[in-house]
Amino acid sequence: MSLKAFHLLFVTASVVLAFGFAAWAFEAYSSRGEGGTLLLALLSLLFGAGLVVYGVRVRTKLKGMGIQ
Amino acid sequence: MEIPYTVEPRPDTGVYNAKLGIWLFLASEVMLFGALFSSYVLLRVGATTWPHGYEHLNIPLATVNTVVLITSSVTMVMSWASLAMKDIRKYRVYMGSTVALACVFLVIKGFEYAAKFEHGLYPSGSTFLAIYFTLTGLHGLHIIGGIIVNCYLLGPGTRMWKTDPARFTNRVEVAGLYWHFVDLVWIFLFPVLYLL
Repeated sequence: MSLKAFHLLFVTASVVLAFGFAAWAFEAYSSRGEGGTLLLALLSLLFGAGLVVYGVRVRTKLKGMGIQ
Repeated sequence: MEIPYTVEPRPDTGVYNAKLGIWLFLASEVMLFGALFSSYVLLRVGATTWPHGYEHLNIPLATVNTVVLITSSVTMVMSWASLAMKDIRKYRVYMGSTVALACVFLVIKGFEYAAKFEHGLYPSGSTFLAIYFTLTGLHGLHIIGGIIVNCYLLGPGTRMWKTDPARFTNRVEVAGLYWHFVDLVWIFLFPVLYLL
């Protein structure tokens, strides 16, 4: 497995973590009512969405550079 | 005598030697961390009570550290891609950023540890703290190992770029594979220790 493939796998795992963390933080906010966790949830959602965009773009870019 | 298969793949394995070597090493690392994760699961399942990580640990600091490590993986890949584009200047910027981010991770971890010690929370305090310090401490040692390798590739190791650029690019790829593994371990550690 090349670094490119491992990087894409890592980004996928990071996306799962970001959305999973957002779900955990939303649940913590609804059960304990801590305002900080709501902010963390929203930031995590944004970060996860950013990672999805990054993953698609970096895959295309590395492919365009001929890196397998 | 020239060392064979430092750049081109070996016909029987399909990869160059350093890449085969790092994957064998990472397989042993999977067994090491896998054993510790298994210990964690067995200790937790066998315990009558187990504290939630978020009750004792600092979630915002750990979240920042997670973002720092994910970003460092991005800069690591960018440094390798820069070499593939034959741009050594960009390589230095990205590899330097990777090292800097790794240091930021360790500093934040240091603050986390210091806060625990200030509150009298030591590995001997409970099974949870023992496994927390063991797993994060071992992970921290791997981060230090990565910093040493990346610093070498940023400093004296760069000389190879002038004599054998393809081999140097492969060395950076191998270091990148190790770095991604260390970061992937954190992606598992963070939810297991802090959130569950």
